[in-house]
Amino acid sequence: MEHLIAYGPALLRGTGLTVTVALCAMLLATLLGALGAAAKIAGGRFARGAAQTYSTLVRGVPELVLMLLAFYGGQRLVNSLALLMGYERGFDISPFAAGVGVIGFVYGAYMTETFRGAWLAVPKGQWEAAQASGMSPWLTLRRIMAPQVMRHALPGYANIWLVLIKATAIVSIIGLQDVVNIADKAGKSLREPFTFFLAVMAIFLILTSLSGFVFRFIEKRVNRGGAA
Amino acid sequence: MNLDLIFRHASDLLRGVWTTLWLTGSSLAIGLALATLCAVILTERIPVLDWLVRAFVYVFRGTPLLVQLYLVYYGLSQFPEIRRSFLWPWLREPWFCALLVFSLNTAAYTAEILRGAISNLRRGELEAAVAYGMSPVTRLRRITLPAAFRQALPQYSNEVVFMLHGSAIASVITIQDILGVGRTINARYYVTYEGFVSAAVLYLAVTFVVVAIFRRLEKRLMRHLAPVAAPR
Repeated sequence: MEHLIAYGPALLRGTGLTVTVALCAMLLATLLGALGAAAKIAGGRFARGAAQTYSTLVRGVPELVLMLLAFYGGQRLVNSLALLMGYERGFDISPFAAGVGVIGFVYGAYMTETFRGAWLAVPKGQWEAAQASGMSPWLTLRRIMAPQVMRHALPGYANIWLVLIKATAIVSIIGLQDVVNIADKAGKSLREPFTFFLAVMAIFLILTSLSGFVFRFIEKRVNRGGAA
Repeated sequence: MNLDLIFRHASDLLRGVWTTLWLTGSSLAIGLALATLCAVILTERIPVLDWLVRAFVYVFRGTPLLVQLYLVYYGLSQFPEIRRSFLWPWLREPWFCALLVFSLNTAAYTAEILRGAISNLRRGELEAAVAYGMSPVTRLRRITLPAAFRQALPQYSNEVVFMLHGSAIASVITIQDILGVGRTINARYYVTYEGFVSAAVLYLAVTFVVVAIFRRLEKRLMRHLAPVAAPR
């Protein structure tokens, strides 16, 4: 127990990194999800095909495989590209970039479905009425569609966040010093792995419970104009 | 990419597929049995037990699978009592730890899915069963569970794919599943792509098969709900 207290600051730093990875990945996933949903709803044949391939690939391959491939394979790829362009020294792909990139990429595919479903849940008449009253497409998007799509998307969005934050644990495997990685090292060197992993579980429980709380609050706020 | 290398290790990779299927399949089977029990305890509100089940579901759904696996595989050795107990020959085996953790993890998620499905059943069906004089156990066996399983199937197929993909972390504790074999190939030949790419392709193939099976199963079990062709 005293070991755990001594390692408190390190674990806290690791937790900070876990949350940072999760937030960055969530941001990336949101962007990719919006892009994917736009491609599926309004895209031409090529865009729809690309979006379909994207979601099929992600749903078929475990995120750990993609992460190892991006981290080790991406490193080789970047190095050979650098060599091809005449740089003697390659660049490094940091575990942070690989972790955020892959987790964002994977959950972007799930986000695509959430956004697409939320868009389709808003009655068509809303868009048409806005057009009829002379709003530009951009203004319609911002004033009419976005607030309503948000309502429908929020439960799915919250769900993805809860899965995503747990998925960040695997970045410890490629050496990122997140809370799992720090607990793993400390637990093994101090011969108290159980204590440390139990602490990590408690930390994740706090994070997920807290997120659930925050999302319930936001949901209430977004729906204050009437239930969606 | 050295395809020759991949074909030379085709039998190892197939053995990896078998390990993944075996591990995931057994975990899902044990997990489903446990989840059914948990879901019944939750919906019947059996005192004390339902609190335990709720705590179990909360902990396993709120923490990463990887940490759960580490806690059991690395963590339990911290206690000399466990190392001396009769359970140790099993608990020190990676496959047993993976099976244990995966089963509990999928049980927690599935319990929640089943609980939702049971609470969504039409009241009339259950009331009719009561009116016919069915005992609670018969009602559960004949009416509640079959209907709940059917309703939960689409969500459960998602859980199966999640478990299949989640099982890839077994390779971290040295299990030679699909990813484990891929990592071994990479390490032995100092290559980067061959092992991981073959693993990715194999997971993709297995996922497709699993999804196809579930789609057929869904169609079969939902026959009575399928739209009927209009009479000509």
